[in-house]
Amino acid sequence: MMLETIAERLSLKCKCCWENLKNDVTGGYAGDLLSDVMANSAAGNIWVTRQVHQNIVAVAALKEHAAIVIVQGATPEKETLDKATKEGIPILVADLGEFEVVGRLYQLLYPSQG
Amino acid sequence: MSDTDYMRHLQGRYEVHGRDFVDAGLVSSQIKKGLKSQGIHEDIIRRIAVIAFEAEVNIISYATHGVISYYLLPDSIIFEAIDEGQGIEDIELALQEGYSTADDSIREMGFGAGMGLANIKKSSDIFEITSELGKGTRVKSTIMLNGK
Repeated sequence: MMLETIAERLSLKCKCCWENLKNDVTGGYAGDLLSDVMANSAAGNIWVTRQVHQNIVAVAALKEHAAIVIVQGATPEKETLDKATKEGIPILVADLGEFEVVGRLYQLLYPSQG
Repeated sequence: MSDTDYMRHLQGRYEVHGRDFVDAGLVSSQIKKGLKSQGIHEDIIRRIAVIAFEAEVNIISYATHGVISYYLLPDSIIFEAIDEGQGIEDIELALQEGYSTADDSIREMGFGAGMGLANIKKSSDIFEITSELGKGTRVKSTIMLNGK
């Protein structure tokens, strides 16, 4: 599913890399422990997290994630957005918490299993 | 073949500085790009990306300085991280998932979950670690290419 569609349906605010909103999202992962995300997420994932510092971009770039969604309306640090722009990783912000975002995302990505 | 014979196949060598969280991931990213340009299979690259990232974060978190090198051999890739730092008191314990000596400042950034060394070991075909308290730690990972 196209990232842009997910952003619209979940009312996500895009903070950088608008040009990559056409990215194809093939699955998702949620987590705030970077080692967990490094070990268990996959390329093409939309990554849902509460972390806002720039190391999330390093993880997303290494794992070739389609995007990062920061939950609970948290503001990504300026350095995070700068780095994400450089790496071409879209960062989107959700007003909802991690549980609600993941639930809605799951329904969108896997409607028959919802 | 002697123990150090693989060193002839050096592909990249990078300095990593302790507490430099700003640049965490930079070396891993360069290694990943290097392996891609060599046409290495993406499954192998994914495993090395995990190994490199965890080793890099470990040096940044616990050492004063370190060097990360990787070697491209005909049948394998060898990854090596050697640091000068506090070292590991109990390697068996450090390898247990969930065990960590990270302080709060490290944990706040989402590191220090006690998964680093376990992730490196899991992603390696051969995993070797030696450490001397107060001196530093050496991690060596071998990933077999198996025709990939």
